[in-house]
Amino acid sequence: MDLENQARIKELGEEHGAENLVVVLGAADADCAELAAETVTVGDPTYAGPLTGVQLELPVYHVMEPDIKDQVDEGVYEEQVAMMEMVVEVEALIDAVKGVREQHSKL
Amino acid sequence: MYEPVVKGAAYILAHTPNMAFEYGTTQYVERQKDPQSKYLMQFGDHLRTYEQVMNYAPFQAYIGNIHPDQLTAIDRPWYEGDKVEGKRYGKYGEIVPEDEFYAWLQLVDAFELVWLEEEFLTELKPRLEASPMLTAEDIKTIGGGRSLKEIQKRVEEKTAAPLMLKDRLVGCVRRAHELDSTLTAHVIAENTASKASGVLALRYLLKNTGVDPREIDYIIECSEEACGDMNQRGGGNLAKAIGEHAGCAGATGSDTRAFCAGPAHAMVLAAALVKAGMFSNVAVVAGGSTAKLGMNGKDHIKKGMPILEDVVGGFAVLISENDGHNPIIRTDSLGKHDIGTGSSPQAVMQALVTNPLDRLGLTMEDVDKYSVEMQVAEITEPAGAGDVPTANYRMIAALGVMKKQLERSAIPDFVARHGMPGFAPTQGHIPSGVPFVGHARDLILAGQMQRAMIIGKGSLFLARMTNLFDGISFLMEPNPGRTDDQAIDEGAVKKLIADALRQVALDLAQSED
Repeated sequence: MDLENQARIKELGEEHGAENLVVVLGAADADCAELAAETVTVGDPTYAGPLTGVQLELPVYHVMEPDIKDQVDEGVYEEQVAMMEMVVEVEALIDAVKGVREQHSKL
Repeated sequence: MYEPVVKGAAYILAHTPNMAFEYGTTQYVERQKDPQSKYLMQFGDHLRTYEQVMNYAPFQAYIGNIHPDQLTAIDRPWYEGDKVEGKRYGKYGEIVPEDEFYAWLQLVDAFELVWLEEEFLTELKPRLEASPMLTAEDIKTIGGGRSLKEIQKRVEEKTAAPLMLKDRLVGCVRRAHELDSTLTAHVIAENTASKASGVLALRYLLKNTGVDPREIDYIIECSEEACGDMNQRGGGNLAKAIGEHAGCAGATGSDTRAFCAGPAHAMVLAAALVKAGMFSNVAVVAGGSTAKLGMNGKDHIKKGMPILEDVVGGFAVLISENDGHNPIIRTDSLGKHDIGTGSSPQAVMQALVTNPLDRLGLTMEDVDKYSVEMQVAEITEPAGAGDVPTANYRMIAALGVMKKQLERSAIPDFVARHGMPGFAPTQGHIPSGVPFVGHARDLILAGQMQRAMIIGKGSLFLARMTNLFDGISFLMEPNPGRTDDQAIDEGAVKKLIADALRQVALDLAQSED
């Protein structure tokens, strides 16, 4: 995950408390999504960014998961995300993020 | 319609594995953190030889020896074994070895900042003399070099950055100021490499087109380097600096910056200048980026792969007034990402692809090939960025489904017919739309293609000035020939000039009386 984004998530966690945060990912690649999910739960697995060794255990979802999708206005989703559902491998993305969430997120 | 034409294109690569180690930012940052890091220790073992780079199929497509579509028939990984019989020279340019590229750095250096070692230059001289792109005058300019002792001294006192060939110090690039962070040895090396690769590309463009360098009126340079000093960090003007070394004595120029979208913007500007009648021949040129060398190196090494980001790229395109023969740039076909467009992939693709086609009454099927972000997939995949060109093609096809021009099941077929594998190095602006301009021109001239869309896209957030996305696109089509309107226009202009001259002559005669 981008180092700047790691820093922002860390700051948000400190400001609002981890219990008040949910991370929604938009990654297009399952490996990337998994890495990002690990970064916001158990810490940066690449040992490069501010979240190295920081276990935030945040609840993390992919935007295409039904739990998130169902809460978004249909028109907005259609306009912003629907096309990408035809481009990426939705199942693989969801599995990648869900796997990390179920194992490492404090829900 | 009197449209500007694409008169020719040039594409070059310089194999620069040692510059990757010294100047690539991934390696540079690693060295700042830990000069003895495991990654840096392993780096040298993963470098390719010049021959391996020359035999790398995507790069043979880049310099024009094979068509990008031919890559689909070659088994991946392309970096394993010699999958094609590579040639140094191609239809569009060449792949320069690193030692010769160092000589190019010295050739284009205007302030004696690049010093090459004398013995190294003596060894290199026969090869420089054999280069079709270097004149006797150039070789004289490169000169005899400096002593190893002088160079070592500068490198050791850290007033110069080294130019290495494996463990051998063969030269250095000196800093241009003691305290100015925009004129450090590292920055000067970066900018000089960009300039040198730009010069080589522009010289090939002139050779490929046969156009007299003095006929170039204007040069637009569109790389991603900022050259300037601490009072004007991105002052420029690399365009004129490059043109000076290509004999373009009759040209002025300027730099256009738009991250990776720079080349597409520059081509649009060039087309506009020509169509407006301001200039007849506008060269669009960019050298490459040493900063991006080895950018994904950590992932390549982790996966046991060679460092595939070991070349600096360059290109040049000539946009000229309509000659009735060369493919045109349709100036009514622009797709543009506006400030208010939004940055979702859907909004971007709509702005760049479907909006212009809708306006022209064309469908997505009417474009034979789309040239998107054409980086080689196996360079970006290990780093988790996926196959970027294919993702772009799938986005275009998915948009077609949403617009009911395509069935969802037809996406893979659309991607195969209207896309192509990526064949350009990950040099930011270099792979963005523009690598296919040369191939598209040739296919259109051969009657094998009716329409190509060139799409440039750029991520502006990297400069931390805006979160906006960027992109611009245009169509290339066969030249419809000179129209009757045009003939009438020219006749009218000639008559007008003749009348004016007659009037001047009459006035002169009267004033003498």
